[in-house]
Amino acid sequence: MTINDIPPGVVLLVAAAILPFVSGKARWVVALAAPIIAMADGWVAISDAWAADAAGSARYISQWQFMGLTLRPVFVHAPTAVFATIFCLMVAGGSLYALNQNRRFELAAAMVYAGGALGCVFSGDLISLFVFWEIMTLGSTTILWCARTEGSYRAGLRYFALHAVGGVLLLAGIALHVGQLVGQGHPDPLAFTHYSQMVEGWTSFGWHNAGLWLMLVGMLVNAGAPPFSAWIGDAYPEATESGTVFLSAFTTKTAVFTLMVAFAGVEVLVYLGLWMAVYGIIYAILENDMRRILAYSIVNQVGFMLVGIGVGTKLSIDGAAAHAFAHIVYKALLMMSAGSVLYATGRRKCTQLGGLYRTMPITMWCGIIGALAISSFPLTSGFTTKSMILTGITEQAGAMAIAGQSHDHLIAAWFILEAASAGVFLHAGIKFPWFVFFNKDSGLRPADPPWNMRAAMILFAGLCLMLGMFPGPLYAILPYAAEAADYANVIYNFEYLLSMLALLLFSGLAFFVLLPLLKRSETLTLDTDWLYRRFFPRLWKDVLMPIVRGLEAAQKVVLENLPGKPLSGEPRSPLARLGTEWAVSVPVFVISAMLLIYLLMYFVILPNG
Amino acid sequence: MDFVHQHLPALVVALPLVTGLVTAMVGRRGAGWWIAMGSSAAVFALCAQLLANVAGGGSQSVTYLLGNWPIPYGIGLVVDPLNAAVLATVALIGCVVTLYARRSMAQEVPEDRSHFFWALWQFCQVGLLGITITGDAFNFYVLLEISSLSTYTLIAMGKGRDRRALTAAINYLVIGSIGACFYLLGVAYLYMVTGSLNMADIHARLQDIFATWGTDAPVYRKTVIAGFAFIMVGLSLKLALFPLHLWLPNAYTYAPAAVTALLASTATKVGAYGFIRVIYTVVGPDFAWRYLHSDYILMICAMMAILGGSLMAIRQVNVKKLLAYSSIGQIGYIALGIASDNVYGLQAAIIHIFNHALTKGAMFMAVGCVLYRVGGVRLEHLRGLGRKMPLTMAAFTIGGLGLIGVPMTAGFVSKWYLVGGTLERGWMGAAGVVLVGSVLALVYTWRCIESIYFGKREEGAPEVREAPLSMLVPTLLLAVASLYFGMDSRLTSDISAQAAHFLLGVRP
Repeated sequence: MTINDIPPGVVLLVAAAILPFVSGKARWVVALAAPIIAMADGWVAISDAWAADAAGSARYISQWQFMGLTLRPVFVHAPTAVFATIFCLMVAGGSLYALNQNRRFELAAAMVYAGGALGCVFSGDLISLFVFWEIMTLGSTTILWCARTEGSYRAGLRYFALHAVGGVLLLAGIALHVGQLVGQGHPDPLAFTHYSQMVEGWTSFGWHNAGLWLMLVGMLVNAGAPPFSAWIGDAYPEATESGTVFLSAFTTKTAVFTLMVAFAGVEVLVYLGLWMAVYGIIYAILENDMRRILAYSIVNQVGFMLVGIGVGTKLSIDGAAAHAFAHIVYKALLMMSAGSVLYATGRRKCTQLGGLYRTMPITMWCGIIGALAISSFPLTSGFTTKSMILTGITEQAGAMAIAGQSHDHLIAAWFILEAASAGVFLHAGIKFPWFVFFNKDSGLRPADPPWNMRAAMILFAGLCLMLGMFPGPLYAILPYAAEAADYANVIYNFEYLLSMLALLLFSGLAFFVLLPLLKRSETLTLDTDWLYRRFFPRLWKDVLMPIVRGLEAAQKVVLENLPGKPLSGEPRSPLARLGTEWAVSVPVFVISAMLLIYLLMYFVILPNG
Repeated sequence: MDFVHQHLPALVVALPLVTGLVTAMVGRRGAGWWIAMGSSAAVFALCAQLLANVAGGGSQSVTYLLGNWPIPYGIGLVVDPLNAAVLATVALIGCVVTLYARRSMAQEVPEDRSHFFWALWQFCQVGLLGITITGDAFNFYVLLEISSLSTYTLIAMGKGRDRRALTAAINYLVIGSIGACFYLLGVAYLYMVTGSLNMADIHARLQDIFATWGTDAPVYRKTVIAGFAFIMVGLSLKLALFPLHLWLPNAYTYAPAAVTALLASTATKVGAYGFIRVIYTVVGPDFAWRYLHSDYILMICAMMAILGGSLMAIRQVNVKKLLAYSSIGQIGYIALGIASDNVYGLQAAIIHIFNHALTKGAMFMAVGCVLYRVGGVRLEHLRGLGRKMPLTMAAFTIGGLGLIGVPMTAGFVSKWYLVGGTLERGWMGAAGVVLVGSVLALVYTWRCIESIYFGKREEGAPEVREAPLSMLVPTLLLAVASLYFGMDSRLTSDISAQAAHFLLGVRP
């Protein structure tokens, strides 16, 4: 047992087990040391894997045998380095932000959650993946419940139900897929790897790829793809200030990671991603709750990543991975900024806020940097990563045009994503800071939050700017580092800068021109979550329940005429009488009947009998 | 020690038989438990040694001649990978439950009966161990009756707490006797045509008879088939395979707590073993499965058991009865594994015999602790016990997770193999039923967990403490073992693989 046998996710799980029982300084030490140790542990594995690659030998870091199957809880996929790094950074930053909270379990739950996510990133087999996947669901649900409000309790239940279904789909897919591979005598049926048969074969539904389809759908539930997009906007804003910061980072990005490993190049992801990019904008523009605006924009940004994965070229996958990295940073920054406002004022709705720039300068500036980054303003992290996805699309479209293949869908994707970029600037880039920090004066004069929250924000704001100006270190750990390095040479060209600035400035102009139309009213927007908020409860209450009631009556009539008297006066429902108290004649009759069945089967029914 | 090694197989049966008789004669001086405990610990040591011998000696069966009478005239005791595993299971559970039973029994059985109780307790184990180790079809019947008769009496001893134990025992007596009779009739038919009672010998002689069936002049066809049908029904009864499970719920519910734990973990498991033994080594799978297609009957019964047992469990308010119905469902899993006729399926059956013995044993013992402290085992008695009896309830919860088949518990390992076995056989529906069964298990387990951890004890209810140590330790032991074998399944999968290959390798 060496350090390489310890999955980095487990480091965080251990920290989670310790955290509820320590307080004061010790709590700070555990919360901040855990991500650092996890990062070191992860990077030992990553550098070993890279060294093995360079030497041309197998890169299995750690293998366990379990019931004759090979488990690899520490395995380095191509995108593992970038995701592991940002997940650990996120834990550190999020912990710093959350440390002044006096909730006993929230930080522990966040560690469980992040440990699950980090575990998924290092999973080399489907069993480990599933186990960590479910750990993640448990952790995130607990975070939601830590807010201890009625709203968060109900949102947590809905969240848990949906993710439990997603987990079951994933498990069913894994079972089916592995079962089929075992049947074919595959040497390594459990491997979590790229399923290239889906790239060409995703359009054909059938028994042969049903397992993979189920796995894909299970992952898409967590990614927030349609029709499962609603849970993000439903659940995330119900958590506490710090809880939402954690929630915004891991679930969707872990799904992006798994999709990148398993289903890169599967075209359906392009369409789903485009839908999400547009969906996120529409709902964010309609929304009033500041953190819900940001939650919807997660859907939008994950849409970009899904498109990059679906296109499936080296550059577009690099772009999706880099964008995930940058997105976690600026989305966490925005959520921290919004959380600080909530912390200081206790208000969530844009219509009740405004004019906070006077007294919360640090929160404001950090919020603005995050907003610029999400809008991919030049010199911020969004610019150096999102452009990579878009360039990946145009390059692939060009390559397909030369090869004489149809590439209309890529052209359309490019246009839609450009339009969505403008939309992002509208709702997250301007709308969030404008309504919260400027606009009318709400009369509130809160101060900036405590120093640890400020420090976390400043740290992440600095990271946003650094990634925008010096993307080199990030590009070096991307799945295809060589392509990314080439791209780094061309990113700040005049043409692209000009087009991006034009796009941003014109949408900025549009915002202020259309401002009267964008004034938020106090609304609750119903989405596909209508199905499980209204439709299913109604269906159960008004349709299914009466049917069951009706059947119960029929059942009662039948059962009461069956032989056998109850031996006791225990109260029970009619169904429970099935098989409980019988006179001894009944089993004797059944025995004879069984013998008869056997004899009939052997002598009458069988052709050779 | 040489003597012990040489006569290991005989001692496994003879030792508890002798100590049981001694217990009955010693009378009511409180020595009963000590004798039973010592004897069951010794038997466990002997069985562990047998298992180690077999595991080390490759997939061979070793025959021990009782009194040195040659086969087929004398009785042979056979030890092979399959029954060594079952023997070890029975002996382990017997040992742990005996440890548990002292306090629990003292509360439920009157002092003046205790020496009879402990004597019967040991005779029951004599029967179960004997059934497992014997290589003689008639001897099998005799030992079956020894275990059954002592079981009927042990169940009736629950009358001190609830007089319904008497009805349950008499019903089981009627049904169990019919089952044993059917088995005996079947054996008699086979004896008629083969002239032998030794299992291996019957198998060899049946091959000659089967050889004539393809020709124009089939010999004894109807006799053999009718005999086999009787054996199938008789053993299904012992196994409590749906729809012949009717004796089980009441017997388990009203028996004393320790007796329930012993029966649930060993008696039906030995029934399952008998099934495997008769089908795979006496008549042979070619006859039972491929000629008569009994595997389909077995599969249908198993699927009905899984669904029916679980559905009925959901409706129970008495936790003992709930667990009893859940056992009916779990027996369905074992039967499905036996029927799927491949290495994975057989492994699933053998592993589940062991894993379910651990899981259900722990749960019934935890329920026994509740009975001891609270005085009742309906769902409302469980309310709020998560705070009052945390360790007992932890054992119960671990067991419940095992019934569902949550990863990292023993139940997951067996279900994994079972789904593999059914898929390999091409029974997609059955694999689906296994998964549905897990969901149903989640429902009935959740009903208990909800009461335990989210329910509140009634105001003014008497104060409750954690169970006494002598009951708590064995309960936790089995619960922790079920977790251990869920995480490190090398031992169980190796032994079961050995047994499965042994069984499929002896195909004619």
